[in-house]
Amino acid sequence: MTEIWYGLSRAVELIISFDPEVMEIAARTLRIAGTSCLLASLISLPLASLIHFRQFRGKRVLINIIQTLFSVPTVIVGLFVFVLLSRAGPLGELGILFTPAAMVIGQMILITPILLGLTISALSGVSKEIIETATSLGASGFQLVLLVLREARYAVLAALILGFGRALSELGVAMMVGGNIRGFTRVMTTALSLATTRGELEMALALGIILLFLALVINIVLNRLQQRR
Amino acid sequence: MNSLSSMIEVADLTHSYGGKEILKGLNLSIARGEVFALIGPTGAGKTTLLRIIDLLETPGSGEIYFDGICIPRSGKQRLEIRRRMSFIHQKPQVFNSSVYDNVACGLRWRGEERDRIAEKVDGILETVGLEGYDSRDARTLSGGEAQRVALARALVLEPEVLLLDEPTANLDPVSTAKIEHLIGHVARRHNTTMIMATHDMSQGQQLADRIGVLIDGRLVQTGNATDIFRSPRNEEVAHFVGMENIIEGIVVANNEGIATVSIGSNPDGIGIQAVSKYPAQQEVYACIRPEDITLAPMRHRSSARNSLQGRVARVASNGPLSRVQIDCGFRLVALVTRVSAEELNLQEGSEVYADFKATAVHIMERNASR
Repeated sequence: MTEIWYGLSRAVELIISFDPEVMEIAARTLRIAGTSCLLASLISLPLASLIHFRQFRGKRVLINIIQTLFSVPTVIVGLFVFVLLSRAGPLGELGILFTPAAMVIGQMILITPILLGLTISALSGVSKEIIETATSLGASGFQLVLLVLREARYAVLAALILGFGRALSELGVAMMVGGNIRGFTRVMTTALSLATTRGELEMALALGIILLFLALVINIVLNRLQQRR
Repeated sequence: MNSLSSMIEVADLTHSYGGKEILKGLNLSIARGEVFALIGPTGAGKTTLLRIIDLLETPGSGEIYFDGICIPRSGKQRLEIRRRMSFIHQKPQVFNSSVYDNVACGLRWRGEERDRIAEKVDGILETVGLEGYDSRDARTLSGGEAQRVALARALVLEPEVLLLDEPTANLDPVSTAKIEHLIGHVARRHNTTMIMATHDMSQGQQLADRIGVLIDGRLVQTGNATDIFRSPRNEEVAHFVGMENIIEGIVVANNEGIATVSIGSNPDGIGIQAVSKYPAQQEVYACIRPEDITLAPMRHRSSARNSLQGRVARVASNGPLSRVQIDCGFRLVALVTRVSAEELNLQEGSEVYADFKATAVHIMERNASR
């Protein structure tokens, strides 16, 4: 027990003294998760609009598949990207395995279904009457899509934040295609995992507290967005 | 009227929803600058007709002409034509943004310049009495205010055609008066062609140049307010325009345009005098508006051609008026002021004379074409 208390107090020390290594890892984590979230949203927003506004065969099935992929295990995405980027793989030439770029690709694949699915349901929340009102006011097809995205902006933003949270807290992809290289691809989850196995409890606890704190911030923001709807 | 002089023309329009026929071969022509009221009971197809004219829906069959142009069933031209119209819905839908952005959106979509937009939006907000509301969240407005935003949003586009679907149905009397005033103002000032669906007949009468009665997917009668309210074409229209007394009878004589109508199915029933062209033997309905009947304690010798003796069956208060049901061999409803009902001391069973002029009786053929 004393060991844990000691670890906790050391962890707090590491945080409030802005320990350079902890801060560097936290910043990198935010940067990588932020980039993957941004890229995923660049794919997801147009694609979700397309799926929502177009009528086609198998639309229901497609949405079901997307929703199933919400909970795809991170290690499976990790494995997939690993195979893709490994020397013998189809994208092996790029030589980006065990770089932040590989982690961004992996996290992007991980959270794209979440962004897609939640954006589609956010868009479905905009009433038919609103769409008709805009149509009769002379909106073109593209202007209509922009308006509906704008009407659903809080729900869409909530989807983005949820995706960001998932990218931030996942371990499998970061470990498998990032490789936890110190000062290069080490992020909070991989560092925490390593510190724990090494018995550096104060480091693990410090990272854990920061991760929990970020989760709390995300939750507060989400709650506020949901109230604004 | 040919398609050159009319702003909107609808030819042989038919439309169904899920197997149910909503519009049944409708023809309608509306002149540039005309204010046309579409009246009819709920579910008659008024909204569907407006939606088709606004090109929100393509009709099952039939053609629509806008300013002489036959509108294609799909394609880019529909957007261009739609941008020359505005549609006010029964329930105003405001976008989740400020009042200013709500009103400006149509102009932005048309690529209008920033400064022009600001100028126009400020102007129209003042017209509808919402100056200073620019940055208010549109979703926090009351129903009447939201409808004024919707009106401003439509009017700022200076549409050639304004379509209104029961614009005051959900509003209180004060908001209703404001909206009606605005609509009247726009019609006079900008010479905008308007089609207004309403089930409020007085609104139609007050604002429209011409009224069309839509019943069960058919335009049963069109004409000016007097035509529709005084001379409904058939029983359905008569019911709808508030002819509470619709009495079956037979014409027994016609003397230079004054017909004697026997009430009931045989020629020796109670006779009433009416102005009508129908000859003897014609089976008819005699229609009398309840407000055209006056009540008196004794037989009148006035210009009223009809004075029927009866007994009061029921008196019901109806705001400042009293609805009096009289049994004078057949049932007659009269609408009198409450003061006169009290002066006459009308009570159930009391004897009274119902007077009405021959010109107040509208005679229509029974089994008239629907």
